[in-house]
Amino acid sequence: MSAATTPAATGAVTARIDLAKPELKRTREGFGHGLLDLGEKNAKVVVLVGDLSGSTNVSFFAQKYPDRFIQVGIAEQNMMCVAAGLAAVGKIPYLATYGAFAACRSADQIRVTVAYSDLPVKIGGAHGGISVGPDGATHQAMEEIAIIRSIPNMRMIVPCDYWETRKATVAAADDPHPVYIRFGREPVPVVTNAESPFVLGKANVVRPGGDLAIIACGVMVFEAMVAAEALAARGIDARVVNIHTLKPLDVAEIERAARECGAIVTAEEHQIHGGLGGAVAEVVVRSHPVPVEFVAVHDRFGRSGKQEELMTAFGIKSPDILRAAERVLSKKRAG
Amino acid sequence: MPRLKHDVEQLKERALFVRRDIVALLARSQTGHSGGPLSCADFGTVLFFHEMDVDPARLDDPARDLWHFSIGHVTPVIYSLMAERGYFPLRDLLQFRSFEGHLQGHPSKHDTPGIEVSSGSLGQGLSVSCGMALGSRMDGNPRRVYCVMGDGEQQEGQIWEAAMFAAHYKLDNLCGIIDYNRKQIDGDVEDVMGIAPLADKWRAFNWNVIEVDGHDVAAVIAGFEAARRTKGKPSVLLAHTVMGKGVSFMEDDYRWHGNPPSVEQAETALAELGTSLSDWTQRLQGHAAPGVAPSANGAG
Repeated sequence: MSAATTPAATGAVTARIDLAKPELKRTREGFGHGLLDLGEKNAKVVVLVGDLSGSTNVSFFAQKYPDRFIQVGIAEQNMMCVAAGLAAVGKIPYLATYGAFAACRSADQIRVTVAYSDLPVKIGGAHGGISVGPDGATHQAMEEIAIIRSIPNMRMIVPCDYWETRKATVAAADDPHPVYIRFGREPVPVVTNAESPFVLGKANVVRPGGDLAIIACGVMVFEAMVAAEALAARGIDARVVNIHTLKPLDVAEIERAARECGAIVTAEEHQIHGGLGGAVAEVVVRSHPVPVEFVAVHDRFGRSGKQEELMTAFGIKSPDILRAAERVLSKKRAG
Repeated sequence: MPRLKHDVEQLKERALFVRRDIVALLARSQTGHSGGPLSCADFGTVLFFHEMDVDPARLDDPARDLWHFSIGHVTPVIYSLMAERGYFPLRDLLQFRSFEGHLQGHPSKHDTPGIEVSSGSLGQGLSVSCGMALGSRMDGNPRRVYCVMGDGEQQEGQIWEAAMFAAHYKLDNLCGIIDYNRKQIDGDVEDVMGIAPLADKWRAFNWNVIEVDGHDVAAVIAGFEAARRTKGKPSVLLAHTVMGKGVSFMEDDYRWHGNPPSVEQAETALAELGTSLSDWTQRLQGHAAPGVAPSANGAG
């Protein structure tokens, strides 16, 4: 890839990012800073953590607002329900642990106590995806989208970078429902900026194009942008859509992509079953059936390794998106 | 007004009404749990008619005490207590577990006004109550929080996560109540998965443990008072009870944990409780507006 630059994901272009050498920043830091933003402006916000203050970056909040910080220890199921109780008496509780423990271990607590009561508990699911790296399969959560989006009343956000995580964290406080925010461990490319729009439930078109649409979430938005640039060099205009909110899904934007592009590639750092790809397909088959290809982890557990080598090995880098684009375009042409 | 502070005689009468409600609504629905609701009837009545500061006419009253049944399956007693206390008309009890009614099989916040948080998956309620107690303390709210648990429920690991949490944060505004009827759906608790010595376990978790006869309303009143006086740690009432209490053929028999009486069995039970199915159904049907349900001695 050349040192091509592309407009940052703002709609209104305010910055350009270097796709070959992007600025890298941790999404978990966005969560930590978002909580600091909230600490100042919303006295109802309290933060709980299950012995992971440092690695979820809620330590920023803990230092500044110790009276509104609750250490729960290694007891995620208790934490989820304590948060529900706090919400029931008017607090806006944010809790943080790894996604593996938030969405998987505490799924019953989310379902019965948090979501059934529709309490505004905000769940920070750290260490999402294969990009967690060396910790290996147990800590690489890749099932959260499927679990959370199947539960009524839940909101599910998978921000693409530092800024979007920070904005999603702040925006979640204004939503009256329970919200899950998934973020990662390692530094990832920054593709938005402080001014980029973020509206819960509203997808952002990062790059215009009409030959196919690449619909991505999380770190895969960057990979989609890289793939789109490579496709452009071959004369193919790929639209890139950043679906940061998996639930409620921006159905209109997905329908528009199907209608106007006639072919879709989805890209996510998640299991292929029940994630973004499935959500997009549910919309497309109902409203405007077009070929869809899925870039995702194919029904297998992760393993230890470095972020980049794992993403390559598990088939979720930009070359994988490129290949999926070729497949979907040939299906589109075959009509 | 909110704290009714009924005396022992009034409480005994109300508890009898609650038992009649439970049997009648189960006879009507032909679905639901009998044993646990009947074992909770006496201490539950003390909670709603003596101990707690609640006002069913003002559900969002910030000063209200909070109550939460972690054992969501005892809805017959929960709904009876709510209706008798004035949260909704007694008549609604006749639609227990029906599609038309608002009384779900397990308590639902968005179906039944007055339910603070839905419950039904065992082991979660003490954690919820911890959050309520801690949040209230953060706000300087002097209210108390009550959490009713089951004895079989003590087998859930999350109970002990919450027990640790409450003691760590010294939640003395939190009062647990354990319906220690020694039975669960598969048999005797000590046969299914032993929890003894239960009082020692809670003491070891740094709780103030108060053991009471859960059917002796005066003892339960005293137990709640002792809990109120205890500062610096949470309290739990180990309420020793009998499953199916008040109905001879149900008492101490685990097979009544999850089943309703047939209409014939309900007639027998209600005769033991001094009424009949038709008379008691008539009482329930006749109470169509919320308000503390009337009692013979004018306690309402």
